Amino acid sequence: MGDGKTVGIVLVSHSREVATAVAEMAKALAGGGATAQVAPAGGTPDGGLGTSSELITAAAEEVDAGAGVAVLVDLGSAVLTVKALLAEGDELPTGTRLVDAPFVEGAVAAVVTASAGGDLDAVEAAAAEAYGYRKQ
Amino acid sequence: MLDAEFFRRWLAAVAVSVDREADRLTELDSAIGDADHGSNLKRGFTAVAAVLEKEPPATPGAVLMLAGRQLVSTVGGASGPLYGTLLRRTGKALGDDAEVTPGQLAEALRTGVAAVAQLGGAKAGDKTMLDALEPAVAALGDSTESFAAAREAAEQGASDTVPLQARKGRASYLGERSIGHQDPGATSSALLLAALADTAEGAA
Repeated sequence: MGDGKTVGIVLVSHSREVATAVAEMAKALAGGGATAQVAPAGGTPDGGLGTSSELITAAAEEVDAGAGVAVLVDLGSAVLTVKALLAEGDELPTGTRLVDAPFVEGAVAAVVTASAGGDLDAVEAAAAEAYGYRKQ
Repeated sequence: MLDAEFFRRWLAAVAVSVDREADRLTELDSAIGDADHGSNLKRGFTAVAAVLEKEPPATPGAVLMLAGRQLVSTVGGASGPLYGTLLRRTGKALGDDAEVTPGQLAEALRTGVAAVAQLGGAKAGDKTMLDALEPAVAALGDSTESFAAAREAAEQGASDTVPLQARKGRASYLGERSIGHQDPGATSSALLLAALADTAEGAA
């Protein structure tokens, strides 16, 4: 991106600890310089297991630099809540996209790509590619 | 004709019935889900009832859209975005009219149910809320008397989920072990339709 803006990443998990740990891991693995903005949105506001639309919208606003926001989710209500917020139209920053990718591997790929200056399409492609990485 | 007040009474009746049945919903969900359906919906519909009392919208469409939005932001589980989408899309389909006919509500609910199916990627027979909602909206016609038929259809649809194998959500991980349990989502959907019929009959 020529304008220096990087894609923001939001990681939505049912668990606050999972979202936070994956965010830290992705940033650490993307290291070696300034990394893209990454915000976890895990669990419910009181720390319980579940999905919070408030935490998701706050996280998306926090990482939005105008180059788009890639949202990665774990399962169930996290997927449905982000889809419902996107369908609403004005709940998430313009250029927010739900990225279809494995949560941990996709998060690393997304943060590395965004940190390297990739645009939202490149971030999405890199995260989705993680599905193709077989382990056996 | 159904005005905003009717829709507020309907959703208040849903809140009462979800509160009353919360333990049963959670018990059903503990068999095939993560045992939070009753408490999640109770939190959601209590919040809906509170916001509708505090800032009552002027039209049926606005009542449903506000309620749906409240569900998405307070439930915390998959039922939040699913019921939120049902109410919001139904409300949107009703538009800005101050009063709607039962036939308009039936048509709008069909739109809402289709949106739920699309959001969850589910269809009838997957052992989800759609197994109650689809027969219910099919039974709705252009009279408030048809609401009773929709209530029966939803209850039947919910009972009919017992022998089904779950193909969506957390219950789907159980495979054949999900057979023999009534789906909690279909059960809560039946409560929604029962509250509609009760409200139309003035029993709520």
